[in-house]
Amino acid sequence: MKPFDFVQPRTVDEALAAWEPGAAWLGGGTNLVDLMKTGAVQPAKLIDITRLPGLDTIETRADGATRIGALVSNADLADDPGFARSFPMVAEALLSGASGQLRNVATVAGNIMQSPRDAFYRELDPPSDPLSGGASLAVLGTGGRFAAVNPSDFAVPLVALDAVVEVRGPGGAREIALADLHLPPGDAPGNSTALRPGELILALRLPAAAAGFAAHSRYLKVRDRTSFAFATASAAASLRIEGGRIAEARLALGAVAPRPWRVAEAEALLAGRAIDADLFAEAAEVALSGAVAVGGNGWKIELARRTAARALAMAAAGTPARMPALPASPFAPQAGDLIHA
Amino acid sequence: MSGHKLSLVVNGERVEADVPSNRLLSEFLRDDLALTGTKRGCETGVCGACSVLVDGDVVKSCLSLAVQMNGREITTVEGLGRVGALHPLQQQFMEKGGLQCGYCTPGFLMAAVDLLKRNPNPDDAEIREGLSGNLCRCTGYQGIVDAIRSTAEAGHGA
Amino acid sequence: MPDTLAHPVRFGSNAGQPVTRRDGIAKVTGTATFTADNSPENLLHAVYVPATIARGRVTHLDVAAAEAHPGVTMVMTPGNRPALQGDPSAKPTMFSFRIEVLQDDSVRYAGQPIALVLGETLEAATEGARLLNPRYAAEPARTRIDDDEAAPVEPGGFGRPAGVEHGDVAAGHAAATKAIDVTYETSAQYHNAMETHAVVAQWEGDKLSLDVPSQALLMSCAGYAYFFGIPAENVTIRAPYLGGGFGSKAIPTGPQVLAILAAKETGRPVKLMLTRQQMFGPVGHRGATRQRLRLGIDDGAALTVIDHEGLAATSSFDDFVEPAANASQGLYAAGALRSAHRAVRLDVGTPGPMRAPGEASGSAALECAMDEMAEAAGIDPLEFRLRNYAETEPGTGKPYSSKALRECYMQGAERFGWSGRPLLPRQMKDENGLLTGWGMGTALFPCPMFAADARATLRSDGSALVETSAIDMGQGAWTALAQIAADSLGLPLDMVEFRAGHSSLPDGGVAGGSGHTATAGGALHAAGGDVIRQLGEIAAADPESPLHGAGNAAFSARDGRLYVDGDDSRSDSFADILARAGSAELVGNGSASRAPEDAEKFSMHSHGAVFAEVKVDPDLCQVRVTRMVGAFAAGRIINPKLAESQLLGGMIWGISFALHEEAKHDPRTGRIVNADFAGYHVPVNADVTGLEVLTVHEDDPYVNALGIKGVGEIGIVGSVGAIANAIWHATGHRIRRFPIRIEDLLTA
Repeated sequence: MKPFDFVQPRTVDEALAAWEPGAAWLGGGTNLVDLMKTGAVQPAKLIDITRLPGLDTIETRADGATRIGALVSNADLADDPGFARSFPMVAEALLSGASGQLRNVATVAGNIMQSPRDAFYRELDPPSDPLSGGASLAVLGTGGRFAAVNPSDFAVPLVALDAVVEVRGPGGAREIALADLHLPPGDAPGNSTALRPGELILALRLPAAAAGFAAHSRYLKVRDRTSFAFATASAAASLRIEGGRIAEARLALGAVAPRPWRVAEAEALLAGRAIDADLFAEAAEVALSGAVAVGGNGWKIELARRTAARALAMAAAGTPARMPALPASPFAPQAGDLIHA
Repeated sequence: MSGHKLSLVVNGERVEADVPSNRLLSEFLRDDLALTGTKRGCETGVCGACSVLVDGDVVKSCLSLAVQMNGREITTVEGLGRVGALHPLQQQFMEKGGLQCGYCTPGFLMAAVDLLKRNPNPDDAEIREGLSGNLCRCTGYQGIVDAIRSTAEAGHGA
Repeated sequence: MPDTLAHPVRFGSNAGQPVTRRDGIAKVTGTATFTADNSPENLLHAVYVPATIARGRVTHLDVAAAEAHPGVTMVMTPGNRPALQGDPSAKPTMFSFRIEVLQDDSVRYAGQPIALVLGETLEAATEGARLLNPRYAAEPARTRIDDDEAAPVEPGGFGRPAGVEHGDVAAGHAAATKAIDVTYETSAQYHNAMETHAVVAQWEGDKLSLDVPSQALLMSCAGYAYFFGIPAENVTIRAPYLGGGFGSKAIPTGPQVLAILAAKETGRPVKLMLTRQQMFGPVGHRGATRQRLRLGIDDGAALTVIDHEGLAATSSFDDFVEPAANASQGLYAAGALRSAHRAVRLDVGTPGPMRAPGEASGSAALECAMDEMAEAAGIDPLEFRLRNYAETEPGTGKPYSSKALRECYMQGAERFGWSGRPLLPRQMKDENGLLTGWGMGTALFPCPMFAADARATLRSDGSALVETSAIDMGQGAWTALAQIAADSLGLPLDMVEFRAGHSSLPDGGVAGGSGHTATAGGALHAAGGDVIRQLGEIAAADPESPLHGAGNAAFSARDGRLYVDGDDSRSDSFADILARAGSAELVGNGSASRAPEDAEKFSMHSHGAVFAEVKVDPDLCQVRVTRMVGAFAAGRIINPKLAESQLLGGMIWGISFALHEEAKHDPRTGRIVNADFAGYHVPVNADVTGLEVLTVHEDDPYVNALGIKGVGEIGIVGSVGAIANAIWHATGHRIRRFPIRIEDLLTA
């Protein structure tokens, strides 16, 4: 690892003041340190934000919104009983990601900012050709260009629930909708975000309405290995069901685009309709309608379609009373008690 | 690059050190403190051989910078138990055959401590999922699950 | 350093007992010392630079930048590399490969060492290596099996397998009333022991001390000695614990030789430990294969022919051709048998033996082909195998030294519940709607023996010291070999001190081929027997011994006493015999290897039957192995607990082979793009559930003195096919390429 300066500010103001071009924020480090070891990123200065006060709490605000401090660990958020009750598919997505050791230190802000894990982007001299099968190449949101998918599980349900990112920087405080955080890929490899130089994420916020889906909310993650692998395709599905009909639906897809991929058209199609398997297939069809295969990964489009349809069906069946032993897995038993179904 | 002063507790003992910013916690433990029970296995935070407890939570020390550990309390396998005073998990890993070459064993033990702290009575599926951040190539997964189950059943889970 | 075990723990005694590992205590407390845990005073750290192209030349290294980095003490390149006495292309010992030690500026595969950097700290050496920033003149890389012409293999011993032909193959094809012609592909796999290859080297004059993980201590000493032009006895290797080996740690590798050279040049101890990424290159792998299998049966479903052609990838500069097709020899009673091997030379590191070399890949294809043949015949796959059960070795007609395969089939099938299996695929679903399938495979593995020596010393207090340079790479040598030694001396286990893992001890041979327990154990058994024989002579000649005059009677030893056979009233304790003779100790020697006449007379193999259940999501196509039963007959089991662990581990390697492992090359650079554990997947604990091992009793009087056949590798052999066949049974799809992935099933 290239040597670097290291500072450990004690306040957000100090942290912001410490920033300079070439500096990077250091949270849990599970992504950044990994990238620094390969030389893929070489910051001249690390600003350790883990000692900043007040950024590690989960609170409910007066307006009913839930505010998650940027430094809350993935594990602490998933294990928070109140949070998991209100946002079960977020907890399920968190627990389906990485491993216990990584969830213990990785922060929620770091999770949504993580870089693609594909060798395509990780090495200094990226291979020019996609991996065989194109499992980790985006099929949506790139116009057919080669781009790696966003690897975050957590961001998928968050974007479905209208999460907002609170940031502060040299230009003051502002908010960015999570859906707008990841910019479409440009010519340079790697993902870029809407964060401006020197801006620091302070919190993620879920609006009050997001808790209205708790009874019918699932995250489904498909992958070759049963655990500890990035998604080949994933989907977060939430339904608000009233009188046997879908009053409101939320659907977002993971591992298909360079950002978590919300599909408003599919949500609109579902609203007001009665629950039925054909409807879910139709919604999934709509969700993938703009997909373009790259590097031979047409199969991934079909897989994402089926994943979306299944996630909707699982959400319709109801949120399980207890977190499955294999969170988000197709092999988690589907039967058993449901909390509100 | 100048060194950074570090004061932390490792296996119950106060340690003062001066480390370069780019020293990993894993190398700090192994090379500076000679705590070689913590292993280097993949350097990418995947295999879990370098797992240690930081303030009671299991982390992968190959992705942690030593310089971040100021004021923290670290437990390595050497601090878990010793000959004559083994931790129940160490005893069970040994008796249930939860190890072969032993290289992954310290990391599995530390992950198991964290697992049982969070879930004192895990079922087999929860054990398997909970330990999926550690690789055993030999592979002794079955014995490892047996060891953790019997530790939990004996009431040592909490 | 624990060349011997500091804290032996007794939980039982001696052969056949499920004794808890004697090395367990060191391993659970973190005190077991692996190579890289050693840090002598004044140590330098070495880091090598791996090539990031697969073919071409290095045109520039920024040596000045690396040398200017604080803490970097030396940069070694082809331009300034000190001379080696041995030729890197020579093969000084058995199992040797040509090594890359900066002999020129050419690049023959990605990951090849192209420079070595020494630093006062690991960080300094690592950063120095990065700063070298190589530039290349690259040529197009050949990394796929079709990227160059295949050529027949010229047989020539290790790495160049001969083809085999028995019976009239053309007639076998002609006689078939039903036939299949299928092609299976297996991917390049990398050993990836959890402990990466490492070395800590220290010179004192022309004497070399090494900590290095080695599966063959004395052979490695000879190999290192050759490269440095010193006598083999000047090299000492300490390797009390190996963090896995799987065939990749038998002989010197290029990076290790470079680190030793750096230690010689600098006059300081040098430590080098490969990163995980560096494990994908200079330390061997299982080469990719494409195998064509043509099987024919007659109207009674008897095999008329097994015709198995293997194409395997090897490197551009050395030979190791995966002997996959030979897996079809010796198993089924076909009228005619043919195995043929071809190779294609690619810009990859040289492959080598990896857990069940040949058998794993070859059996994967063969057992799937057998399943396809059974399907074509319309009969149950187990019934099909029973109809083609070989009572003597097919082709040669040699008797088996022992063969309890039928019992493996029966006991495994019973335990698994095979009898309820529907013949047709896609018939079973579980309560959650998951497609469920059952498949099986036969396992076969040879029982090689190497040569080993051992020494046993009976001490005046009646305890014993037993010594051989055996290697424990996880299989349990510290325990199983001590059990054998204790039995040979008639002592309880806790009266036996065992020294191993050091090259100064009598030659323990090679920990490979699943033959180490038989070989090193055989030597210990003989050494113990030698002590007892001498003790008997002393006692029989001693007028004060109760055994006096019993010179022609046989003695037996137990619990530290010598008894006249069949007369328990006449006995004497070891300690008393020695005391009266005025001896402080009594030394016996032993050695073991296989009698050539037995090797010639019999076909010697372990056998097994593996049954697998998989579940497959009908829409999402994700696969999970939910149950496996493996029944194995492997001669005498010294320690059931250790043997079961070995067999389970092998079966999990079967899951890994069938569903996970694959090194993927970037076609442009030839680099492996998933060269780390984030990208190169092996099973995690969540992938493993419902595994069970049965060991089937087998007495084998011919295989060796102890009747041991070995269990280290056979577990993987039938498992791959069993899983693939279960996937077919669940889904109706034959995926003829490993690993089997979601996209394969989705697009099938």
